Amino acid sequence: MRPLTLRRLFLECSILVLILFVVVVIAVKFGAVPVSLYALGRDLWHVLLGQRADLSSDYVLIIKNIRLPRILLGIIVGASLSVAGTSFQALLRNPLADPYVLGVSMGASLGSILALIAEPHLSISPALASLLTPLGAFLGAGATIAAVYFLGRREGQIDSATLLLGGVIISSFLSAIIMFLMNTLSGNLRGLSFWLMGDLSTPLQKSAYWFLGIGFLLAAGAIYTTAADLNLLLSGEKEAMHLGVDVPRVRLVVYIAASLLTGLAVSVSGAIGYVGLIVPHAIRFIFGSDHRTLLPTAALGGAIALVFADTLARTIVAPTEVSVGAVTALVGAPLFIYLLRRRLS
Amino acid sequence: MSAGSAHARHLAEAGRLANEIRLSVEQVSYAYSANPAQAPLFTLEATSLQARPGEIVAILGPNASGKSTLLHLISGALAPLSGRVLLNGFVTQSLTPRTRAQRIAVVQQESALLFPARAWEFVLQGRHSHRRSLRFESEDDVLIAKNALAQVGAADLSDRWMNQISGGEKQRVILARALAQQPLLLLLDEPTLHLDIAAQIGLLDALRRLAAENRYTVVVVTHELNLAAEYADQVVLMQRGRCLRVGPPASIYQRELLEQVFQTPLSVELGSSGRPRVTVLSGT
Repeated sequence: MRPLTLRRLFLECSILVLILFVVVVIAVKFGAVPVSLYALGRDLWHVLLGQRADLSSDYVLIIKNIRLPRILLGIIVGASLSVAGTSFQALLRNPLADPYVLGVSMGASLGSILALIAEPHLSISPALASLLTPLGAFLGAGATIAAVYFLGRREGQIDSATLLLGGVIISSFLSAIIMFLMNTLSGNLRGLSFWLMGDLSTPLQKSAYWFLGIGFLLAAGAIYTTAADLNLLLSGEKEAMHLGVDVPRVRLVVYIAASLLTGLAVSVSGAIGYVGLIVPHAIRFIFGSDHRTLLPTAALGGAIALVFADTLARTIVAPTEVSVGAVTALVGAPLFIYLLRRRLS
Repeated sequence: MSAGSAHARHLAEAGRLANEIRLSVEQVSYAYSANPAQAPLFTLEATSLQARPGEIVAILGPNASGKSTLLHLISGALAPLSGRVLLNGFVTQSLTPRTRAQRIAVVQQESALLFPARAWEFVLQGRHSHRRSLRFESEDDVLIAKNALAQVGAADLSDRWMNQISGGEKQRVILARALAQQPLLLLLDEPTLHLDIAAQIGLLDALRRLAAENRYTVVVVTHELNLAAEYADQVVLMQRGRCLRVGPPASIYQRELLEQVFQTPLSVELGSSGRPRVTVLSGT
């Protein structure tokens, strides 16, 4: 027997933090304008010593104002989507569940767009108005997962195939509505590809990063309090109940928190797919499927994967960019098919 | 106070504990309907039974007789339409899931796993209700889980993957998880269903030994007339949602009664152990 210890959890997280650091350095270095590692190290040294006056203008312009905010966004969005995917997989007892595949991201996109449309017509303060988009995204995500859940239920049991099919259908239905709205309405709605494929290129206000970060910590923290319960929920709701899990409470906490994570991510980056599918699978393969390690390691893994994918999206066809969602889908969709086939056989 | 009177009190206490009613099912009934407006599809008429520590109770009956429903009512998973189930004086249905899991362990017919797990991980799940939510397993938990595996003779399976062991081995690991819960009441729903004869006997021998050693009260739903006769202290005979009889096997195993319940000709004789033995007669 080798039960989980705090030390092992800490070790696994440390390894991933180290990898994340390396990926961040790579992401800072590569781009339309290459930055030398030496200059990066020198600038970092100056920042650490508090000698901001000695910084090269490159640092301030490219690194601090453009790349680092984008990397930070990638970290939060990647971690959110990955934790949301892990949670949906446990909640629905389906290893192929992912916010994008289930249509939840599309629901969040539509919720954001509706909030953006409604915003000018409401006379509310700018501070409240900035909360409207994430709120719309959260409600959209919550409504979609509820719809998929009921579509996928047959005779009181969740049917895996019906659930996925329901998600796909809802997703295509919602994206049709999104296209319809974008084509008929004009205004400050961002691009269609942003909402359908996802993109990390839109810079945010400084306060938005705080909002996202705190939102992530609260929602992911709430899910983490149910980590041991989720392990048991995987063997079925009845069995989990017999082992002492308060199933309705766990379901409610995870349902709300995972919808919140998806909503937050989608409201700032659009519907980036497959991060919530690939990352938890890879992490399970490496570190096992105990949610007490899976949730934090999947969060770090999601951050690593998305920052890396975004670096690719920025650089493979430089000086132009592709949507980061296109990169994750190019990798994720074949993997989804592989997992589906392995599950069926 | 003399040592003698203390000893006498101790004896009296032990006697009281042995005779206490641990499980008391009082006039419990249930109705299942797909739609509240419609007539119920299935009803369980008022059923009562009592069991003491160390006793094995077998619930017997043909398909759709209400065996599993009765078991779920006892476990607290279903709320009875009327009546109540008491475990050491507490209504099982009103306990929190955590407290209930500390007192009642349920072994289901099948246990599906979504992601692969090793046997020891599976058995440690039984300690969930005894842990605080964010705590990791303590050394005590590990010790109890190891003991549970040893008690069902599955210590060597500890590091095996659950999806790579045989049905009989799996059933023993599932039983070990229930033992790790350290329950007062052990409920089993057709535990011998997919097992060969040797594995069936092995499992029931283990159950009888465990019930005696750990003073569990065991309630087991089964189709196996002879295994129930051999191992049970009490038999609950069910038919179409009615509890026909409750009592020791010798008083329940009467040819006419069993023939009528199971709708097949059979003979009943007394085995060498003093317990009844049923032979189903074919060719009529």
